[in-house]
Amino acid sequence: MADFEVPTLDEVPRVPRLVEGAMRHSRPFAAAPEHQEALGFPGQLVEDWHDKAIEKFGEILDRSRPLRVYMDACVKCGACTDKCHYFLGTGDPKNMPVARQDLLRKVYRRYFTPAGKWLPWLVGAEDLTEEVLDEWYSYFHQCSQCRRCSVYCPYGIDTAEFSMAAREIMDHIGKGQKYCNEILGKVHQIGNNLGLPAPALANTLEGLEEDIEEETGVKVRLPLDEAGAEVLLVTPSADFFAEPHVDGLIGYAKVFHQAGVSWTISSYASEAANFAMFIGSYEQMKKVAERIRKAALELGVKRIVVGECGHAWRVAYSFWDTLAGPFDFLDPNYPVPQHICEFTYDLIQRGELTLDKSANDHMTLTFHDSCNVARGSRMGDAPGGQFEIPRAIIKACCNNFVDMAADTIREATFCCGGGGGLLTDDLMELRVKGAQPRMQALKQVADAQGVTHMAAICAICKSQFAKVMPEYGFAMDAIVSVHQLVSNAIVLDGQKTT
Amino acid sequence: MLTAGYALLFYAATALLLGGLAHKVRQYARAPVPLKIPIMPAPTTKSGVVWRMAREVALFESLFKSCKWTWLFGWMFHAALLLVVLRHLRYFTEPVWGWVVLLQPFGLYAGFAMLAGLGGLWLRRLAVERVRYITGPSDHLMLALLAGIAVTGFAMRYVARTDITALKAFVLGLIYFDWQPIPAEPLLLLHLGLVAALMIVFPFSKLLHAPGVFFSPARNQADDTRTRRHLASRLERAGR
Repeated sequence: MADFEVPTLDEVPRVPRLVEGAMRHSRPFAAAPEHQEALGFPGQLVEDWHDKAIEKFGEILDRSRPLRVYMDACVKCGACTDKCHYFLGTGDPKNMPVARQDLLRKVYRRYFTPAGKWLPWLVGAEDLTEEVLDEWYSYFHQCSQCRRCSVYCPYGIDTAEFSMAAREIMDHIGKGQKYCNEILGKVHQIGNNLGLPAPALANTLEGLEEDIEEETGVKVRLPLDEAGAEVLLVTPSADFFAEPHVDGLIGYAKVFHQAGVSWTISSYASEAANFAMFIGSYEQMKKVAERIRKAALELGVKRIVVGECGHAWRVAYSFWDTLAGPFDFLDPNYPVPQHICEFTYDLIQRGELTLDKSANDHMTLTFHDSCNVARGSRMGDAPGGQFEIPRAIIKACCNNFVDMAADTIREATFCCGGGGGLLTDDLMELRVKGAQPRMQALKQVADAQGVTHMAAICAICKSQFAKVMPEYGFAMDAIVSVHQLVSNAIVLDGQKTT
Repeated sequence: MLTAGYALLFYAATALLLGGLAHKVRQYARAPVPLKIPIMPAPTTKSGVVWRMAREVALFESLFKSCKWTWLFGWMFHAALLLVVLRHLRYFTEPVWGWVVLLQPFGLYAGFAMLAGLGGLWLRRLAVERVRYITGPSDHLMLALLAGIAVTGFAMRYVARTDITALKAFVLGLIYFDWQPIPAEPLLLLHLGLVAALMIVFPFSKLLHAPGVFFSPARNQADDTRTRRHLASRLERAGR
């Protein structure tokens, strides 16, 4: 499939030599005028794009302390230079976080600082030219906003804030990205990223109910639009059909069944994902988040539980209350919002689930911390719960669990290579190369400790790995959902129907 | 003439430094923070955040996680610079405070550590391909400025000693607006000139990392969104 070289996996992780321009050619498909206009952006590059871009840039600076501070604070110490998975996988120096930031910073310096106005050559200030804009489009679509670099920065400079700002500027001058903007249009129009309308969703859920009954002999429900349910489940729409996502959804259903908690999915807000974060649009992100609040109010639920999705959980945990809150109509006795892993872990703690670990004995598992869960959110009461709780669930469901190398998990976890709005076929080379650091860590434990499968709690991670793992010699089904493991192990009560 | 020139230079440098920093700090402080973006895992309480920031500012915790060499040279330079600056307080007060007297020998040794730290950082800029790539003229200039200050300082101690009594009179004269003649020694004039230059470039350069570090939302926010609603006041007032 590949017309590029798949990176090698070495015994010892290496930092590549610089290859200037190695990924200069990488760029996603441009958004069509209708995708742009549906979100209120110009259909194509506007005539006065230069002035409009600078104007928008100034606007963002005025309303964002993070960007203001991060523009000035960098001292070029180099702490971040070997931390980005896209740099490690490609060797392109502009994929070093500081160099990526500098694409925006050099324009900031030129137009917004005295030093850059008077002595541009000294401080690396540059005019915003067509060439610079082109570089923005290329390299700000080579950042998955995973924020690994920020962990190591002495000032916490967050490159995601740069790539979000750059994408927002580009959207506002008519240079949007197809993948994200087309999907956002579908959410506004239909309610989910896939554009799956309510009747099709109902069919899918019925089909899953039949599958579960056939396999287990127990009737487990996947309710849709049931007013008065206790819990609204908001999950990434990939869970409705993609592999291994759907096995995770079956897992949630079985957990709710065992807990005896009534729950429902909403056809109006049938999407946890919020791609507006990827394009840095506060307004779009608010709009998408408000759908969920509206659905929760209309269905009269008492709790909202979020399914396995990385950035969605960051948006839910960190942003929902600000964007669409207050959620004071929900039951304050439960976390608002709650992650499905927290829900399941709580039941395990209370001994309410019977789990047969041997059902997963054919696998030796490891866990891939998803970047937005790891570095953008929390689970449970104590910091770091987002690392402990998924692992505790896996260990409760499996006999064989091994962690990958310490500098590749938890807060230091590597992105799957497909996050941040880059999970599209037109960026396949970038996705394959960006997966190299994770694949390397996986290969180490596969070789040394016999790991056969990797579990994740993010729809993007799962789709990405299912696609790129074969390039590195792993089976595409070596990536599994955490709740797929729960689904395998859980012993169902209830009336056998056959 | 020379005295007036240096006096005015330092008044201007001080004004630019303080005015520029005040402007920047105000800009940072007034800019709204639209969303909660702490790098997790983050402390859940305000006091936890203070502790996290203290570790960051005093020990460079994140840099330590990243690269031990950069941390070693960087921390050594900053800690030494602090001691050197404190040592120089003796020129600003009469009588000299007791703890400043006690600090004198440490401040002197710190000067060597400062130069060693600068040297290490500079070497990294030249020797490590990735760091060389991101280094611009202003980065070298900043190192040169700091190294120049240190070298001229040492030269006045070990090569051509300067009349520090007259120097102190000049400095106190600046503070109390009662100008006294500046000793016309080339090394001293160079040393002071470089210090004034550093003060002037401070608010226009990457030295803004000093106030910036305190305003970084990735580090100074608590992880408390499920218990406390975060509102970006200006955005909210604008009705968005």
